[in-house]
Order: sequence, then structure tokens, then C-alpha cells
Amino acid sequence: MKEPEKEGMTEAAKNSTEHSEFADIREKLRDALPPVGQLESGAELRRDLWPDMLRRLEQSPVRVPWFDWALLAISGAAAIFFPALIPALAYHL
Amino acid sequence: MEVLQRFAAGDLDAFESLFRQHQRDVYRWIVRIVRDPAVAEDLTVETFWRMHRGHAGFHPDANFGAWLRRIATNVALDHLRRRRPYVELPDEIAAEQKPDSAVQEQTRVALRKAFAELPPRLRVVAQLGLVEDETYPEIAEALSITAGAAKTRMFRAIRLLRKKLQRLGVHS
Repeated sequence: MKEPEKEGMTEAAKNSTEHSEFADIREKLRDALPPVGQLESGAELRRDLWPDMLRRLEQSPVRVPWFDWALLAISGAAAIFFPALIPALAYHL
Repeated sequence: MEVLQRFAAGDLDAFESLFRQHQRDVYRWIVRIVRDPAVAEDLTVETFWRMHRGHAGFHPDANFGAWLRRIATNVALDHLRRRRPYVELPDEIAAEQKPDSAVQEQTRVALRKAFAELPPRLRVVAQLGLVEDETYPEIAEALSITAGAAKTRMFRAIRLLRKKLQRLGVHS
């Protein structure tokens, strides 16, 4: 979402104007920390990251929904407190 | 069916297609915030991982690029929050400084230190605005805040930076 381009002004010039109230510190900051685009290395991606992404997808644990955990807890509690239900449940399985 | 609709439905091929199409843009955005290529690569993967997890919440008619950039910004901010307050710049980026007088170099080091000590939510605004020349609306959209809030954060970042520099004996 960019603002409409001001007539006759480049994007960089427009942005410089927008932050001109901090011109002094901006200049020093850019001297200490040059914009990444001006650096010779690191500004662009050097390799395809899809293999890393695939590894990440494979490593991800299978997520069990909370509802399934709740059902399991209820069944366990029922088996402990009402053992007579076990044959009835086994009959229906 | 369009790729965004298939992605929202959980199709892995659509996810791969979006990944290949946008990985460079996401990396380029993140490296401008964290200034470390190796970390930016990891965070790019983390961004797409969060995007993949959130596929069901994405509406195919929404602005995909803006949504992805918001996720990338949050991932980068989370990284800055986790990292210890002051970390020297990685050699790869710091080494490209031009040789200059000892005083100027001292000023640069003080500035880098003061800047790295800023709270991440202020630092990211100053980094994108002052160093990377992004406009307030662009910063605001990436951080899901208003342009006014972005400007307020910029003022606070500058005020804090000036204070820290004074304490370090540098006049800004």
C-alpha cells in the first residue's frame, strides 16, 4: 500500500523528504548501518530455500486437536471410576 | 482453481508455488530488519512455516503480499526480541565499512551499539524508515499499525537514540 507518487519526485527522494526532520541522525545512522541494498553481499537470497522448508514441514509434530485429548481424558476417567462400563463399551466397539 | 484458493484449502503444491514465487521478496524484507543473511534465511523459512499453519485463516480475496509481509515482520520482530540486547553486526555486513578516521569509526560503533539497544518495536521502525527509506504507510502496514502510530514510534526511537548517544559521549 504505497502513497500516490508525488509528481516529479523519485521514491527515494520522497522518502528522504518524509524523514527529513531527522536528517542529521539519519545521515549518521546510514553511515554506521548502510542500507542492506547498498552492500555487496547478503542483500539477495543466494540459494533456494525449498529443501529447508520441506525439512521443516517433515519435522513438524502431528498436532492432536484439544477435542480429541478431552475425549481421551473423559474415557479414561470413566474407565477408572466406573469399571463396569468397560464390558459395555467393549461390546459396542 | 486459483493458486490462492488452493493454498487456503491446504494444497501443498499451491504452497510450494507460492513459496518459490515469494521467497526472495520475503528474504529481502527480513534481511533489511535483522541485517544478518544466515538468520534471514532461517526466518524466511519460519515465515512460510507460519503462513502454512495459518492457511485456513487466509481469505483468497485478501491481499496475499501484505499478509505475508506482516507475518515476515512479526517473525523478524520475534527474533529481535529473543536476541540479547546488544549484538555486534555479523562480519559479513559490518566489514564493508569504508576506512576512515578513528573518531568517525568510534562514532559509528557508538551508533550501532545505541541502535541495537533500542526496544525492537521502535528499532524496526527506525531501521525501515531512516536506514531503508520506507514510507510511514509501508511501515505501518507491515506492523499492522496506523501511519500515525508508526510516526510516533519513530519520534520515540529518535529521542531514545539521542539520549543513548549522549550517554556514550557522542553528539548527534
